[in-house]
Amino acid sequence: MLRIANVTMHFGGIAALQNVSLDVMPGGIYSIIGPNGAGKTTLFNCISGIYRARSGSITFKGKELIGTKAHKISQMGIARAFQNIELFKGMTVLDNLMSARGFLHHYGLLAATLYLGRCAREERKCRDRVEEVIELLDLQKCRKTPVGALSYGVQKRVELGRALTMEPEMVLIDEPVSGMNLEETEDMARYILDVNEERNITVLLIEHDMGLVMDLSDRVTVLNFGVKIAEGSPDEIARNPEVISAYLGRQQS
Amino acid sequence: MGGKFKTSYKGDMALFQTLWVKVWLGILAAAIVVCPQFLSTYQISILNEMAIAIIGALGLNLLIGYTGQISLGHGAFLAIGAYTTALAAGELNLPFIVTLPLSGFMAALLGMVVGVPALRLKGLYLALGTLAFGFIVDYILFHWDLTQGDMGMAVNPVQIGSWSVQTEKEFFYFIACFAALATLCAKNIARSKIGRNFIAIRDRDIAAEAMGISLAKYKIMAFGLSSFYAGIAGALVAHYQKWIVPGSFDLSLSIAYIAMIILGGLGTVLGSILGAILITGIPHGIIYATDVAKESYPALSGLIVDFKLGIFGLIVVLALLFEPQGLAGIYRRAKVYWKTWPFKY
Ligand SMILES: Nc1ncnc2c1ncn2[C@@H]1O[C@H](COP(=O)(O)OP(=O)(O)OP(=O)(O)O)[C@@H](O)[C@H]1O
Ligand SMILES: [Mg+2]
Repeated sequence: MLRIANVTMHFGGIAALQNVSLDVMPGGIYSIIGPNGAGKTTLFNCISGIYRARSGSITFKGKELIGTKAHKISQMGIARAFQNIELFKGMTVLDNLMSARGFLHHYGLLAATLYLGRCAREERKCRDRVEEVIELLDLQKCRKTPVGALSYGVQKRVELGRALTMEPEMVLIDEPVSGMNLEETEDMARYILDVNEERNITVLLIEHDMGLVMDLSDRVTVLNFGVKIAEGSPDEIARNPEVISAYLGRQQS
Repeated sequence: MGGKFKTSYKGDMALFQTLWVKVWLGILAAAIVVCPQFLSTYQISILNEMAIAIIGALGLNLLIGYTGQISLGHGAFLAIGAYTTALAAGELNLPFIVTLPLSGFMAALLGMVVGVPALRLKGLYLALGTLAFGFIVDYILFHWDLTQGDMGMAVNPVQIGSWSVQTEKEFFYFIACFAALATLCAKNIARSKIGRNFIAIRDRDIAAEAMGISLAKYKIMAFGLSSFYAGIAGALVAHYQKWIVPGSFDLSLSIAYIAMIILGGLGTVLGSILGAILITGIPHGIIYATDVAKESYPALSGLIVDFKLGIFGLIVVLALLFEPQGLAGIYRRAKVYWKTWPFKY
């Protein structure tokens, strides 16, 4: 479904990604792990068109993504939940969720100025779809709350919800449980499973919480200093000596 | 939470959500219809200025307040609207019902042209870019034969069918209709996907792109829309004043509009209206104060005239210091207070 081949990306002198290749099959939960600064977020940014990889190829359902505009990539069905919360601060939860599916509702400026016919119909449809996501993620209580007034954990949930309202085929989730307590983490794990199983959305997940990664993932790739050092099932990864040393090496330094 | 639970989204998504809103709007409409009967010509002329300013401020707020694109060229777009209708009516003898939309579309077109290079500029650089555009327009108006530079040009009176709009009172009803329509349209745009896309771009442009929003398309649309409003406002100014000179559309007009939306409240329709009323009203208030002061303190009144601009600036600065959210922010707080009274949350 998503094929990343020999992607390289530099920032000035440092190579954030070096010849990274991976292949995500439809349906599962695919995790990317690695120490801080390994290049995980950079890889997501290359996929969603925020950065342009220097070389290599990224294809989604056979179409090349490198060089495609960011908003086109998301419209192709790749949604994104950001690591550092990137919600629209001036909007309520409801508007944040509705804002992500504008491209699914076709009406023009003229219809909008009158808010009649097509515009009103599409807006109601949009609201209905958004309400489904609100229910899925238990956001009923804060529909009308400005996102800035929410706790960090709930904001993370809205971040995921906003990606889901786009009705994507694949969602890129970047560290959904960082900074969360145990209960919030368990909830989030449940939501990610629901997204994957009930909504049939392929999940590409970045996470430091090893427990979560091992429980949820079908397949795991490990990055270290921009280089892919291992790929396999969670069990294989847990036993891989190179992976263990990469993590231990970091802890000692 | 203080509100009532809404069972259907239809009610939730309606423009006027409660009976009270409808009642108040009805009262406001009635007041607008009858008030000219009780006001002097001078007082009505103030209202006319305010109504035109409301249209221009709504447009600028869509660009700056909603989309976050700073423009110092709003005055230039009013000028384009004013001169378009003046030239189209004067040189081509086109009727008002043609020249008014023409003014809007001409300004919108040029607004979108300005929007294209503006895609690469942000913040201060965008402000400088739009400022430069304003100077270019100024320069053309001063040097083009047709517009007669400093001398200015006459504008045909408004003629719709057999009705010609002449007196202040007639102008009041005429302009009030446009202001109401402009407000309704702005409100609708703001609550549609277009308004959400604008705010998304303002708040987090990278995330907006990741949500499938084309930055280029919606930034250009915001420029076009804002300029369309300015063009209409400019055309109304032209017909209302009956004589236009480039000097009345210079940088100071752009800044006055920016002051309106900041003082009223960025990113709200209500704020555009309140800001337009306040900024248009302040100079008249100062004149009024001068008249009153003249009787008891003649020396002071001379001082007020000298410092008119300074007093104006001081009021704006103080207002912003005490209420950074603008007048719309005060309104919002008052509403919450009212709803939850007597229980404080
Ligand atoms: N915009 C940028 N400009 C310069 N360097 C960058 C930029 N973005 C990332 N980097 C660098 O690229 C490397 C990889 O960063 P990245 O954010 O991808 O790491 P990460 O694996 O997501 O780490 P974390 O787990 O801390 O989120 C880091 O050394 C970082 O400093
Ligand atoms: Mg990261």
